[in-house]
Amino acid sequence: MEISGEKKMEMLRSMILSRRFSEKLTELCKIEGKIPGMVILSTGQEAVGSGVCAALAPRDVIITNHRSHNHLLAKGADPNLLMAEIYCKKTGYNKGKSGTLHIAVPEINAPCTTTVVGGGIPIAVGRAFAQQYRGEDAVTVCFFGDGAADEGSFHESLNLAALWQLPVVFVCENNVYAGAQRFEEHTRSKSIADRGAGYGMPGFVVDGNNAASVFNAAREARQLALSGGGPTLIEYRTYRCRGHGEQDPQHYQPKDEIAAWMEKCPIPRLSGDMIAEGILTQDQLGRLEDEIRDSVEAAVGFAESSPYPEPEDALEDVFA
Amino acid sequence: MQEAGMGQAVNEALREEMTRDPNVFIAGEGVGVSIHDSPLMPTHGLLEEFGEKRVRDTPVSEAAIAGLAVGASEAGMRPVVEIMFNPFFTLASDMIVNHAAKLRYLSGGKSAFPLVVRMKSGSGFGAGCQHSHNLEAWVCHSPGLKVVMPSTPAEAKGLLRSAIRDDNPVIFIEDMNLYFAFMPVPEDDTLIPIGKADVKREGKDVTVVAWSRMVHTALAAAEQMAGEGADVEVVDLRTLVPLDEEAILTSVKKTGRLVVCHEATRTGGFAGEISAVVMEKAFSSLKAPFRRVTGPDIPVPASPPLEAFYLPSPEKLAGAIREIMNQG
Repeated sequence: MEISGEKKMEMLRSMILSRRFSEKLTELCKIEGKIPGMVILSTGQEAVGSGVCAALAPRDVIITNHRSHNHLLAKGADPNLLMAEIYCKKTGYNKGKSGTLHIAVPEINAPCTTTVVGGGIPIAVGRAFAQQYRGEDAVTVCFFGDGAADEGSFHESLNLAALWQLPVVFVCENNVYAGAQRFEEHTRSKSIADRGAGYGMPGFVVDGNNAASVFNAAREARQLALSGGGPTLIEYRTYRCRGHGEQDPQHYQPKDEIAAWMEKCPIPRLSGDMIAEGILTQDQLGRLEDEIRDSVEAAVGFAESSPYPEPEDALEDVFA
Repeated sequence: MQEAGMGQAVNEALREEMTRDPNVFIAGEGVGVSIHDSPLMPTHGLLEEFGEKRVRDTPVSEAAIAGLAVGASEAGMRPVVEIMFNPFFTLASDMIVNHAAKLRYLSGGKSAFPLVVRMKSGSGFGAGCQHSHNLEAWVCHSPGLKVVMPSTPAEAKGLLRSAIRDDNPVIFIEDMNLYFAFMPVPEDDTLIPIGKADVKREGKDVTVVAWSRMVHTALAAAEQMAGEGADVEVVDLRTLVPLDEEAILTSVKKTGRLVVCHEATRTGGFAGEISAVVMEKAFSSLKAPFRRVTGPDIPVPASPPLEAFYLPSPEKLAGAIREIMNQG
């Protein structure tokens, strides 16, 4: 299906923002004491979050996981507030209670980021249940990795979502690695998408490094869900260019494999296509990159100049 | 005033809250069409009254049931989901402990999860340890959850209505033996506040703190001890989290003696917590050592004589009361 120039621009901007944001974090987390906790990035996988979120309306909901920054930025998170949360500052989205890993942004309908692998899947089912119950014209998208498809929560949730024909899109970001295990080391399945049939829902394998393909598959699944056709399982094939987290030495990932996937980087693929189609010039691309670089620097400035929470703030926000 | 069992009282609370608020729905294994159906059971007749949209029979999928509640409550609905028996909590525990309890905190107070998880508990059915295992101490140890364990049908009704209206996740544990113990239930819309204990029997010599079914064990023991000249006060906690420390301390300061009785096993049980609160805040009031009467540290056995051995009885509790009466 035809994708408008405007949508392509939205995806390109979102992918570049996500990439610069991640690269900046790679740089920052090498500096002792800057970023608390374990920084987990989506470098190389940006087409998935950016392509899927471009297919959504603001009222649609996303539930995400430990590798969330790309998804959140693509859904419209403010880079300043996101960076401040990653820095664990009081001005961050969650007042420093989350840190880099569990950032919740209910104001953009990204209410839950969970680091329990597979933990978001039952919650997405609940969120989609509420949409169906209230007759809302909206869907829930759940992002998870190939490793999460080995969890029991995946099975229970997909079974229930299909049974009740809930408006949910299950987005499996198959980035080849679950921790240190390659895909073929953690499952005998040829694909995660194949499992959709077992639950009575469509399952598709899609090139996850091609933003246009990502967008089209998500748009189709969203339409099916909105029309009462129930859930879809989409498996986007992509690659984890960094380690599980930034501290991961990646000794188990062949260097030539990483290099080969970097050749398939989704950003030049989309910008190249747009230039070829005449809807983007090299100059415009350069300006876009500069503008995004500045906004990421501004986010770092905002985070660094923000205060930490007061120690006693730890006692707040347990109960409503 | 009508007489009813706790299941019927829960049923009334569900019916009233579902009528009052369209955001309330129930889900779980057999909440509609049940293998345990009887007019005494908590969700009896609700499917017929409210329909399949609001009374959702689920597959046997505890994690999905609890996740359903977490996700739907974040959207502002008020799910009341059932985990059939307390030991099956383990299958739902990631959703309850890591998500329902923590997501509000992780959001920095932006989100709320107004859900209720109902669980049936209690030994006495010969069902064995995978159906009978009181795990309230586990959930009490997860900040972000409220924990309610009523002892009478009337209180179950008033507390469940409060739990459904509460903006936090509430774990609501019903002892199944109390489904078959008929007591008066007022036909009004009383809300009983979560976090308030109730003195079920006043006395001046010994405080017995108990909850759920053990309140009745405590009342029976108090009657026995009255014959021996000991005046026993029975404090029914009703809610374990938040804990009504004031009620416990007020009573202990009056009597100077404390026994805690729970059906759950001993090590790591909630009696230890109550003992610690009293040591920290009312140590000088104690005339005798603290005692606890609990299930022993064994899985609940199936065989009737073994199961009876497991359960704290009025006689065992009276023995502990007698012991500290003689100590000071």
